Amino acid sequence: MSDLATRDYADPAVRAQLVSEVDRAPGAAKPDPILVVDSVVRHFGGMTAVDVDHLEVQRGIITALIGPNGAGKTTFFNLVTGFDRPSQGAHWSFDGKTLDKTSASSVAQAGMVRTFQLTKSLNRMTVMDNMMLGATEQSGENLVKSLFKPLWHGQEREIEERAKELLDRFKLLAKKDDYAGSLSGGQRKLLEMARALMTRPKMIMLDEPMAGVNPALTQSLLGHIQSLRDEGTTVLFVEHDMHMVRHISDWVVVMAEGRVIAEGPADSVMSDQAVIDAYLGAHHDMDLGDDALLEEDAVKEMADEVAREEAEGKA
Amino acid sequence: MSLTEDLTTGSDKEQADRTSRNKLLYAAGGLVAFLVALALLSHVPGSTGQIAASMLRVAIQPQTAALAVAVIGLNIHFGYTGLLNMGQAGFMMLGAYGFSIAIWKGQPMIVGILAGFAAAFVFALLLGIPTLKLRGDYLAIVTISAAEILRYTGRLAKLENFTGAAQGIPGSQYRGPFADLSFLPQDTNWTFPFTKLTYPLTGTDDWWTRLVAWLVVALCSYFVFLLARSPWGRLLRGVREDEDAIRSLGKNVFAVKMQALIIGGLFGALGGIIFILPSSMQPDAMGRNLTFFAWTALLLGGAATVFGPVLGSILFFSVRIFLQGITDAVLPSGLMNTQQTEQFAWICIGVMLMLIVIFRPQGLVGDKRELRFNV
Ligand SMILES: Nc1ncnc2c1ncn2[C@@H]1O[C@H](COP(=O)(O)OP(=O)(O)OP(=O)(O)O)[C@@H](O)[C@H]1O
Ligand SMILES: [Mg+2]
Repeated sequence: MSDLATRDYADPAVRAQLVSEVDRAPGAAKPDPILVVDSVVRHFGGMTAVDVDHLEVQRGIITALIGPNGAGKTTFFNLVTGFDRPSQGAHWSFDGKTLDKTSASSVAQAGMVRTFQLTKSLNRMTVMDNMMLGATEQSGENLVKSLFKPLWHGQEREIEERAKELLDRFKLLAKKDDYAGSLSGGQRKLLEMARALMTRPKMIMLDEPMAGVNPALTQSLLGHIQSLRDEGTTVLFVEHDMHMVRHISDWVVVMAEGRVIAEGPADSVMSDQAVIDAYLGAHHDMDLGDDALLEEDAVKEMADEVAREEAEGKA
Repeated sequence: MSLTEDLTTGSDKEQADRTSRNKLLYAAGGLVAFLVALALLSHVPGSTGQIAASMLRVAIQPQTAALAVAVIGLNIHFGYTGLLNMGQAGFMMLGAYGFSIAIWKGQPMIVGILAGFAAAFVFALLLGIPTLKLRGDYLAIVTISAAEILRYTGRLAKLENFTGAAQGIPGSQYRGPFADLSFLPQDTNWTFPFTKLTYPLTGTDDWWTRLVAWLVVALCSYFVFLLARSPWGRLLRGVREDEDAIRSLGKNVFAVKMQALIIGGLFGALGGIIFILPSSMQPDAMGRNLTFFAWTALLLGGAATVFGPVLGSILFFSVRIFLQGITDAVLPSGLMNTQQTEQFAWICIGVMLMLIVIFRPQGLVGDKRELRFNV
């Protein structure tokens, strides 16, 4: 295992080498998993939103979690981060620590920090206060110590400096004294991500971080996520934009109807027949990252096919 | 922002601190001006002078200070943390019972105060443990009913030897040790200079009680100021805004809410102790009414501000007297008798509360920006 510890994940060749060793099948074992999930099941009434047998997330790389709407990605995030409870006994561990019954706050303390698909900004607080709440182990958050400013003032200044740096990277520095409620939807996404980073997570879980963020900023955010990885943070993110997934992820996990149906590097996953079926219905042999999918003819063709299938179904 | 600029202007946090300090000064200045104006007006002959004199009397009476302390606690609950405590009068009653019963049964005053605090502490724990993990409404339901249960328990005839039942405990049974602490001379009818306020320096409903009560208000306000500017205060506001977001950052939300519930409850207990000092311990004086007075005062002054509770409490009492006095003076006595004008004044207070919530939700000194966004 000694070579694992010394691996430099900033080097693309090392990552390529790493993922090439991994089996391209759902639930494949990873050389050095940071998150290991076993038999996580969540029912809502009669329907099964999540039913994941086994999943490992490799440390130090960027893993994308993709799947059609309603595949159970957000529910899966909620389950492993303690915001929801599995319907039956499940096991998962993060960084060697078992998390089966841990509360959401303890999960975050363990170093697995998530953002929300529906952004949760603290609207009636300033952007700066939002950020500073993210910092961990603040002595001023202790009720007794909070009364004595000298006990936390120095730390407060340090946290503020770090918050400013992050806000600068996320193009929010000019807004730092505005209330978070006055930000635009995309800016709130950025704020939430920056706030999560204030906790210095070992692994960050982003639920559609780019939804509603303009293309120019998306580019710089992608760069930012990559530099996070290069600094040693594990990234797991949900995204619908296939170009982005292809561009930055080292590994892709595909969910559909609650199950993990495929795993692998972006290219191989997107040409996987099971994945294409899950996204587009059967009979398509197109690559999901293909621009042709967005062209009018292709869209019409698909719509026609859906109509045809429905007609067949009725007959 | 460049580093040099940072050095000259100080950090933005400090600037924000400074603006809130300025605001506090304005509010305090306005309040002093209000009191001085009342004192001057009370010398005008006729009903104007009478109204001003009685407004000034209630503005500084110990019960107003007592309410202010309880509202300071409620502000920690609702204003900062977003906890819907509909039973602040219950906390007040526990403080008052603990204090009066302990002294009545021969304990020293400090034991009485601690007994009041201990009762409120346990009450907060009992109410908080089952409800703070649930949605906010549950706390509201549980606190309002628990406060009523406490009141009815205190009134039980079976408990006559312990709580004094419905008649309560006369002030003479517990006021002694407090009055003995007074360093003011005994038994004089002293008039505050330039006012018509004449009370004994020491005794029942005296200057000593007023002095201590308002000193406690000042100390409590300072305490809340220290808490509110700290990272702990920021954590409270974060919990008010979105619990899940705070959880996702690794904070123990339940513990924070529990701390806030306990601290605010202890302020309630302290308010209760002050409340009964100049009068007697009567459970019915601390029913739902008092809780709603506290809420009105909080919304009037401004939630989530340090000075709002004090301003709100003073105005709440004096505005009511103003309304009643004006109605008495203007309307011919055949139209409404004194009892009816009193009720009329209460109705006006209710209407006023509605108008505040609609047109000035941030209260008199609240920050409008803090309330502009729908949550
Ligand atoms: N609280 C809930 N109650 C009932 N059903 C739910 C609940 N939360 C999720 N579901 C259902 O579980 C399924 C998975 O939902 P989930 O939000 O995890 O999908 P998703 O993969 O994140 O989709 P999207 O890409 O649209 O965000 C959906 O069919 C949804 O209707
Ligand atoms: Mg989702």
